[in-house]
Amino acid sequence: MAESASAPVQVRGTVLTVRRLDAYHALTFVAPAIATRFRPGQFVTIAVGGPSSSMLGRRAFAVHDVRPDHGGTVEFIFDAAGPGTRWLASLRARDVLDAVGPLGRPFPVPREPSSCLLIGVGHGASPLFSLAAKLRERGSPVDFLLGAASADRVIGALTARRTARSLTVTTTDGSLGTRGPATAMLEQVIREARTEVIYACAPITVLRDVCLLAARYEIPVQACVDVPMACGTGVCMGCVLPVTGNDGITRIVRACVDGPVFRGDLVRWDDIGTIPFDALGAPGWKPVRVPGGTQVAGGTPETRHAG
Amino acid sequence: MRARLGHAELPNPIVAAAGCAGAGRELAQFVDVAKIGALTTKSIMTEPRTGNPAPRLAETPSGLLSSVGLQGPGIDGFLQRDLPWLLSRGARVIVSVAAQTVREYAALATRLSDAAGVTAIEVNLSCPNAEDAGRVFALDAAAAGQVVAAVRSGARYDIPVFAKLSPDVADIVPVASACVSAGADGLCLINTMLGMSIDPIRMRPVLAGLFGGLSGPAIRPVAVRCVWQVHEALPEIPIIGTGGVSSGRDALEFLLAGASMVGVGTEILHDPSACARIQRELEEELAAMGVDRVADIVGQAHAQRRLAR
Repeated sequence: MAESASAPVQVRGTVLTVRRLDAYHALTFVAPAIATRFRPGQFVTIAVGGPSSSMLGRRAFAVHDVRPDHGGTVEFIFDAAGPGTRWLASLRARDVLDAVGPLGRPFPVPREPSSCLLIGVGHGASPLFSLAAKLRERGSPVDFLLGAASADRVIGALTARRTARSLTVTTTDGSLGTRGPATAMLEQVIREARTEVIYACAPITVLRDVCLLAARYEIPVQACVDVPMACGTGVCMGCVLPVTGNDGITRIVRACVDGPVFRGDLVRWDDIGTIPFDALGAPGWKPVRVPGGTQVAGGTPETRHAG
Repeated sequence: MRARLGHAELPNPIVAAAGCAGAGRELAQFVDVAKIGALTTKSIMTEPRTGNPAPRLAETPSGLLSSVGLQGPGIDGFLQRDLPWLLSRGARVIVSVAAQTVREYAALATRLSDAAGVTAIEVNLSCPNAEDAGRVFALDAAAAGQVVAAVRSGARYDIPVFAKLSPDVADIVPVASACVSAGADGLCLINTMLGMSIDPIRMRPVLAGLFGGLSGPAIRPVAVRCVWQVHEALPEIPIIGTGGVSSGRDALEFLLAGASMVGVGTEILHDPSACARIQRELEEELAAMGVDRVADIVGQAHAQRRLAR
């Protein structure tokens, strides 16, 4: 029942390859309907464990890349760290997957060519490479900053070195590039590349640090959040985080349908995992009825604090 | 495959269960909502509500623990945005309502009756009663009956009221009887069971809300037992049997236990087109048995047992 060319579809996709990628795995499956609809930043969900699986939650994976071969293939990169992902790693060519996608809000790209810095940590970096290709097509220079715990968890370094204007790598154990977190090199990269837009895919704490620093340089950040999801379609309400809208009101929104890409300055990073007192509908929150009958939340920040 | 829900005729007995179908829009990308027997909304409350902090969900063996905390738009937002959209798509809508006081439940029923197009009201009784130290309505037959009576009197006469009951009671039959005596037109069995999961590495509860409602195939035998017991005690009362249905054969099990409609919940999270698939599978099951009308097999497992005696 796809309603438009961009609406997600549920398909049975045939596995083409499952290959090791250092510490991770990459799975490619045939799904033309997903591949043709895909835009960088979107994700797929996969049912794991087979038809009589005891694992009810779908697993969400950022799409690494889509290719036109076999009518359209989709690839994602994952860490086989749990029972669901280990099952995926055990699949072979010609096995069939229940896949839904493409899901979520993709990365917006600048209208004018802009200097773009793409920050990725671990396999979280996977959606950045199709984004980089799209940015380059539109004339935007791309710099990469890739961080990971160790060298075998840095993905796409070769691709980045070949295609991007610059590549900076950091690892926690110093086994590749500079020793330390990705954020340690951020300021230097921003200055050297004269970064105008940042795209970041990383754990929440890293995204928060990136957004803090970017705010000092007044650089907009498009942050792709990595939060656990159970359905990916918006029904389970599991993947929520507090995000401020353009109207100044904080809402508890779903990463799967309202994200996973958010404007970094609108996410209340320090409040993730809590319900901020001023969020729409929070305990004690009262609607303010204004003349004309429309309903707004909690009034101005001043009245909220006074209340 | 037709089923009756009060005055409404449903094209099939499959009902999308509360809290698993969102506001309908999410599902409409994968199934035609007009072809689902009926779609139950997430529980609607008086005001908008944030719900609980994350983590809200935990996967357990053949189950899902959830503590979303009734996040929702409130009745105003629901009536302005969600209900008109569902009706425009031709969906039959069962509106689940939740509240903290008896009076609030009644007021919600009245608001829903004033809006055209509501097929039925489902009373989510698994809410803490603010006037009784937070004791959950569904755990007390008298309190459950009071809520149902208030909703019945607040709702328009031709809108059926279904009470959704919790399995977390020693005996579900007295609660069911109290709801029916209070005017419930039908029952929805069962809501989630209270459960808990602890992360042995972090040594902390997995859910921010500590406890969550267990759903999925893990609770199906409990749900079938509840439907059986209530149908045996109250054979005339329509029941929406809900709990871990993931195939047409599971749906058939509920019909045989005494349900006249079957709710599909957590399976929708696993398979967004589950309602259409299960309806198709049930149709095939019934055709294979040579059954034309769903009503012919409702409660049949009881009849077999009576014959054997």
